[in-house]
Order: sequence, then structure tokens, then C-alpha cells
Amino acid sequence: MSALPSRGRDEDRLSTRVEPRAPHRRSALPSARTWIAVAQWLVTLATCAFLVVPVVMSIVAGLTVNYFRGVASGLTLRWLEEVWTQYHASVFLSLEVAAATLAVTLATGVPAGYALARSRTRVSRMIEELLVMPVALPGLASALALLVVYGGYSAFRMSAAFIVVGHVVFTLPFMVRPVAAVCASSDLRTLEEGAASLGASFMQRFFTIVLPNARPGIVAGALAVLTLSIGEFNLTWMLHTPDTKTLPVGLADTYASLRIEVGSAYTILFFIMTMPLLVAMQWFGVATPDVATRRERNAGISHHQDSQ
Amino acid sequence: MKLDSIPITLTRCAKTFRGARVLEPLDLAIGAGETLVLLGPSGCGKTTTLRLIAGLETPDAGGRVQFGDDDVTTLPIERRKVGMVFQNYALFPNLNVRGNIGYGLKIQRVSAATARERVDELLAMMRLEAHADKPVAQLSGGQRQRVALARALAPRPRVLLLDEPLTALDARLRDALRGEMNTLLRELGVTTVYVTHDQAEAMELGERIVVMSAGRIEQIGTPREIYYRPASRAVAQFIGTLNRIAGQWSDGMLRTLGGAVCASAQQAAGASELYFRPEDATLVDPASAALRGVIEQSTFLGERTRLVIGGAAPDAFFVDVAGRIELARGTPVGIAIAPEALIALA
Repeated sequence: MSALPSRGRDEDRLSTRVEPRAPHRRSALPSARTWIAVAQWLVTLATCAFLVVPVVMSIVAGLTVNYFRGVASGLTLRWLEEVWTQYHASVFLSLEVAAATLAVTLATGVPAGYALARSRTRVSRMIEELLVMPVALPGLASALALLVVYGGYSAFRMSAAFIVVGHVVFTLPFMVRPVAAVCASSDLRTLEEGAASLGASFMQRFFTIVLPNARPGIVAGALAVLTLSIGEFNLTWMLHTPDTKTLPVGLADTYASLRIEVGSAYTILFFIMTMPLLVAMQWFGVATPDVATRRERNAGISHHQDSQ
Repeated sequence: MKLDSIPITLTRCAKTFRGARVLEPLDLAIGAGETLVLLGPSGCGKTTTLRLIAGLETPDAGGRVQFGDDDVTTLPIERRKVGMVFQNYALFPNLNVRGNIGYGLKIQRVSAATARERVDELLAMMRLEAHADKPVAQLSGGQRQRVALARALAPRPRVLLLDEPLTALDARLRDALRGEMNTLLRELGVTTVYVTHDQAEAMELGERIVVMSAGRIEQIGTPREIYYRPASRAVAQFIGTLNRIAGQWSDGMLRTLGGAVCASAQQAAGASELYFRPEDATLVDPASAALRGVIEQSTFLGERTRLVIGGAAPDAFFVDVAGRIELARGTPVGIAIAPEALIALA
């Protein structure tokens, strides 16, 4: 109780000191602030609309009977059915390619990220930079390089494995980077020394300490690899054969050769496949048992990705 | 809990990192069951020495590490059967308290029942029963420290290695845990190497202390030997507070600003300066004193008063007297130092 009056007195003193200028500010500042806030909201909403409206339109287009006559012509699932009957093979192919890509990037990218994080030599820094090259290069260029080198092996070139190779080249850095970031930030080296002091061999340490503690990075990497693989077009378009059409290649097909409603229905199919992955990506980013420490680590990862 | 004890012998162990010598060739014999403290400022090579014993580093060619009769120089840490407590504890965030303590037993493929029993025993010993199933992130600093210790002890190590285990804690907790640690180490009877830069910790825990500086051993001795008979200025200045008496020698007397100090012939031989501890000087009547000075500052510290006395020697003296003694600035005083309390250094 005794503290309150004195605090009040302090405030009085403050306000009397400020008072001479206060009337000016009160009339001028809030209104300017309001204008700025309104302007910010308008810009943000306009940007959102600019981005979201085409997506919504596309979804609507895929569900209307005749896009040119508008929604008034009625809604239908016919186009979706048509796309499914014609292109369900590419859905499964895309899933298979994504799974295979994930398997390869897990098997190679996780150890690579771990090794890069542990090694502090200049060579490892160079390797880290080189890994990102396929992301910096246009996909067409990487694809061309693959075709020039492996195009002659026709059985390989005709198979979906060829596309997997392309996807691995493109997605590997997205696995290596987050894994390396987690490994570097969580002081894995000391944890490993601790495990070693308790008698754990290298493999035991890797599976009981390194992998569980690198999990946030691995999950982030895995989801990135899956989404990128499913959506990859540039490379795949160059690498695909009529028998190995993935989802985005099929999408380009439908847009190029069929009516717009079919192409839009295809977009819906695409949404249905990738949205759960994107949601999972966000969800795993936050909801992990050891919330506090993981959050810190995840923050580390996102910084890292930003810097890419 | 009682553990077996073996001696540790380091022979000509040196360590070079990328061309930089961090540890000069060093010989060290640690007795079975002894608690040896490696003490020194950061960068003195004490942690490197510990890591050589642990097997986290290998000595430069020619160095040898033995546990008892076993030459373990080339064995990696996972095969040395050591228990180690790291400065930041290195607890596994993916395991709970029980999982951390039982990790070493699991690696050794100890049967689940035995492991559970051992973990329970350690939880009880470390008063961690209430926290057994918590993730380590939820523990306080002191609890983490006890988990780290329990984890290191669970597989019954041959040697216990502690790398600044109390440094990460706040001062009050550190003082409390130092006592507990002391009791525990005596009870375990395991050969222990304890690294610290804190002299109070070293004094309390070490049966012998190895004072290191700049990659070399400065002195090895019991806490009393290190304190009262430091081998060099580096040791003397690192441990406690020391007053320097500089002056000219004549007839076995060291003549300085405020008078002279009488030293034994043994001390006078080869020594250039004398030193003494703040608590070893007594104040006497200045009229009859051999060494006189003036109070420059008086600080009341509760159980004692620390005086700064100027004019007696080129450097001001710190002298500790009983807390009840009050002396104003400028008071002339006489200083008497018992001959056996004088420390002579070259």
C-alpha cells in the first residue's frame, strides 16, 4: 500500500513535465499512426489478395461446370474424376519418386550433415557450398548435365530412377542444411563424448544420441524434401519420358492440352497432396515433447534456411 | 557405494594442437584411491591432462598413459572404463533422468532388472528419486550435476574424472555441493582426477593438488604444502593472497622501507625476496617493532578485518586481524611475522 501513493506521485511528476508539449502530440500523433496502420493493413491485404485470389479462382474453376460461364453454370466433381482417371498413375509415381528421394536423402544427407557439422576444415565448408549449387543453377541445367552423362544408358534413362537421381541432386541440400544446423547447435560433440565415456561405440553413439537429438533437423529436412520432390517441375520436365510423368509434369500437360477446368481440377488434386505435408512441416516445427529446447533449435534452423 | 581403485601413471605425456604445444611433457603418478586436483588458470593445460587420462585426446608420440599395469595409451575413451563428469554435464536431452543414469548400463547390456536396481540405488544416493522420470531440461543446475555424477558412477568406473563439475553453478550452491562432493569421493574410494580453477575447491577436495600454469606442472603437493610452502611465485600468487617483502639482504636480515625482517639462514640462502600470508602477521607496538608501517585502509569483513598497511615495504601489505579490531587510517603500527611463516622464493 505504501508503495502505491509514491508511484502515483512519480507519475504526476512525469505528466507535469510532459504536459506543455502534450496537446500538440495528442492531436497530431495518433491520427498519423492510424493512417499508417490503415495503409499497412491495406497493403498487406492487397498483397494477400493478389496471391490468394488466383489460387481460389483456380480451385473454383476446377469445380465449375463451365468456367467461362462462371459459377452460375453449377458446381461439379466431374473434372476431378476425369483428372483422376487419366492421371492417377502420375500421382502414385510422384509419391514413389518422393519416397525414394526421401530414402536416398535420409541415408546420405543425414550422415553428411552430421559430418559437415563436426568437421571444421575448409574442405567441409567448400563441400557445404557445393551442395547448394544445384539449387542455385536452373533445374534445366542440372537436368541437361544428367542427360549428357547418363542419357546413353537407356534402361536407366527410361526408368523413374532417373528422375529420383535428379530429385536427389536438387533436394539433398535441404536435408543436409537443417541436419548440420541442429548438429552444430546442440553441442553434439560433448554429448557424444559423454556417451563414449559410458562405453558407447561410434555406431551406438550415432543411433542412441546423434539421431534422436538431430531429429528436429531430420524431420524438417524430410518434409522439405518431400514437398520439393512432389512439386519439382524444371528438372523433371527435362528428365521425364511418356511413361514417367510426375504430378507437375502432368499438370503442365493438362494446362497445355485440355480445357482449363481440367487443369484447375488437377491443381486441386495437387493441393490435396501437398497441403498435409506443409501443415505437418509447421506442426513438427513446434509440437515436440521437449518444447523449450527444441524451439530454440528450430529457431536455429530457420535462421540457417533464411541465410540460404 | 564403494568402487575399486587403481593407480594412474602418465609418462612423458605432451600434447600439441596444430603445431602449438599446449602441454609440455609431463610425468604424473596418481595413487590408487587418491583424489588428485588439477588446479590452474584457464589455458594452463589442466583440462588437456584430464582428457589425456580420459582417452579423449592421445598424447604426442612418446607419451604413455597407464591404468594400473594396463597401458591404455591407444585405447579410446569408450574402452577405458572411466566415469566422466563434464563441465556442462553433457546430459542427453533425448533421455529422462533414469535414461541418462542407466545409459552406461544399457550399453554394457546389463540385464534390465540389475540395471533398474543400480539406477534406483544411485537415484536414492543422489536424492533424485522424485525426479527420476523428468526430462533433464526440467532439472535445476544442482540436480543436473547430481545426474551427471550418478550417470558416470553407474557402470562402476575404474577412474572418476571430473572437469570443473561445480563451475556451472552459482556460488552458494557451489559451496554446499563442494562438501557433498567431498563426502561422496571419500566414500567411493575411487581414483579421482578433479579439474578446477577454484582454489577453495582444490583445497577442500584434493588429497594432493597439482598446480599448473602455461602447460607445465608448477608444483605437486598436499593442500598445506601448496599453501605454506609454494615452490614458485606463480604458485604462491595463484593460491590465496601473499605479501611481498622486497629489499636488500645484509647479515641474514632483509632490510626494507619500514625496518628489517629476520630470516633463518636456510631461508636467506638463495632467496631474493620474502613473502608471508595475510593471517600470519600480528600487530605489535610500533615503538619496539622491527618492521613498521601505517594503516592505509581498513575493511571490516565480519569475522576479520583486512588491513592495508603501507610504508613497511615497497608493496603494501594485506594483513588480516580479528574482526573486533578497529584502526583508523594513518595509525602507525608495528608488524611481527613468525620466522616459520616466512616464505622465501628466488
